[in-house]
Amino acid sequence: MKILMKGNEAIGEGAIRAGCRYFFGYPITPQSELPAYLAEKFPSIGGVFLQAESEISAINMVYGASCAGVRVMTSSSSPGISLKQEGISYLAAAELPCLIVNVMRGGPGLGTIQPSQSDYFQATKGGGHGDYHLIVLAPHSVQEMVDLTYLAFDLADQYRNPAMILADGILGQMMEAVELKEYASEIPHKNWAVGKSQGRKRNIITSIYIDPKVLEQHNLRLQAKYKIIKAHEERAEEWMKEDAEIIIAAYGTVARIAKSVIKKAREKGIKAGLIRPITLWPFPDKYFQDLGKIKRILTVELSSGQMVEDVRLAVNGRIPVEFYGRMGGMVPSIEEILEQIEKINSQIERVKL
Amino acid sequence: MKKVFERPKSLTDVHFTYCAGCTHGMIHRMVAETIDELKIQDRTIGVSPVGCSVFAYEFFNFDMVAASHGRAPAVATGLKRSLPECIIFTYQGDGDLAAIGTAEIVHAATRGENITVIFVNNAIYGMTGGQMAPTTLIGQKTETTPFGRDARAHGYPIRIAEMLATLEGSSYIVRTSTHNPQNVRKTKLAVKKAFENQLNNKNFNLVEILSTCPSNWGLDSIQSLKWLEENMIPYFPLGEFKNI
Repeated sequence: MKILMKGNEAIGEGAIRAGCRYFFGYPITPQSELPAYLAEKFPSIGGVFLQAESEISAINMVYGASCAGVRVMTSSSSPGISLKQEGISYLAAAELPCLIVNVMRGGPGLGTIQPSQSDYFQATKGGGHGDYHLIVLAPHSVQEMVDLTYLAFDLADQYRNPAMILADGILGQMMEAVELKEYASEIPHKNWAVGKSQGRKRNIITSIYIDPKVLEQHNLRLQAKYKIIKAHEERAEEWMKEDAEIIIAAYGTVARIAKSVIKKAREKGIKAGLIRPITLWPFPDKYFQDLGKIKRILTVELSSGQMVEDVRLAVNGRIPVEFYGRMGGMVPSIEEILEQIEKINSQIERVKL
Repeated sequence: MKKVFERPKSLTDVHFTYCAGCTHGMIHRMVAETIDELKIQDRTIGVSPVGCSVFAYEFFNFDMVAASHGRAPAVATGLKRSLPECIIFTYQGDGDLAAIGTAEIVHAATRGENITVIFVNNAIYGMTGGQMAPTTLIGQKTETTPFGRDARAHGYPIRIAEMLATLEGSSYIVRTSTHNPQNVRKTKLAVKKAFENQLNNKNFNLVEILSTCPSNWGLDSIQSLKWLEENMIPYFPLGEFKNI
């Protein structure tokens, strides 16, 4: 049975169903419905909802709760996620699983509360200091706000790594029909967590390794883990790709618009298709390996061009990769992107002549 | 032969890395003795800070979590809310607690988080080499106040115990010292009470302990204890600021 839900609330419901009972956050638009949902639901199911004095404090509360081995999350929006970066680096360094939700808004600075995708670099390339990666999942529907919340908690626990849901203001605010699937995974036992010792050896959770030789080994271990994640967890949706000559690469909200663009393009006889990365880190390189009949890729983002760099790395110069983006909370229309597709299509035909 | 004195079980068999004459070692011991006496070693989790006691997890013999600079009270909040049956304490210096971590300590206190805070105030940044701390006294020379702390340029030293005692959420706020045996004994009693209060679910408990830094003060051990008594206590008066 499907029910109608707002994107932000869907993440909250997904978290509850995935066994999360700890939320620490700080108010910011446009993610407010998520903490509000949990503040209402948690008391009756024994959950802890705590509104912290800052994003910095909230992420460090997440750090503490994760050390205790519980499923824990925080959510925020772009400027708040910037504040959390110190804590995120420590979480990654200490290999602590948790879910961080970023409902992106326009930046830089205080920017706007309108939707954006300009935190892609921050989410996928580090954000905080040091060599580390988050597992970054990008939903494109309210349904995926639930499904990817399940997945994010599972992957975070499986790899002992913080995971991030990278959504945007549109996905957070929009309402769609959602099927709340049964959460089937088991939350693993965490023998590394602190708590009642009951005779076991004491556990220490830290990210300081003052001896450079030891710290390099720690880093090598982290990198080996990231390699395993990359090998196993790349995810993307391919849509009308089979016979496509022009591919739109887009994630999140933009991928929805892209599907409408592709339908219109096909009505005009242009063979367009979509590759929609679902994991932004690890970036789904393998979906860009077999290019088939594809002659051009157009990456569309709500940014100045961030994911396009990863698309170009994956394509590695084999075909041209174009970019179109809007910034500052502006969202491109179907016609606007279609115009880009038509332009690219005419260029391809010129090559044929 | 009857054994009358031994290493607390809550300390590991590791030599302290603190400088000669520093009172961190004594304060570690008092915390460890308290945990032994209260028989809570198997359910105590310490949160170590950034600063000289960054390696406290090497010395305390129970589960430990290392926090980022100033955030120990937030980490402790996450731990206590997830593990209410465990005893959670933070061990923080003056730079960690009273400068970069001011927001975290104030709000942990005002929420009445049921934790214990051991706040070691030696009026200087030790680990980074002797810079001005939020508790550095007026006129005190440090690496970053080479001509002495000047209130007009550097502001005034902050009195944490007095400030936190004003908050509804705090239960037990006390300032003690380590400059002589009598005050060390008083410190031990205060530390014990701050832990007992947590066992009795009495909100937020903090012991501010005046401590020395011979290396960065440029004094020997004895001179340091004297300097603490003569200079710090007049500005940072000892006593209970709250006990409910």
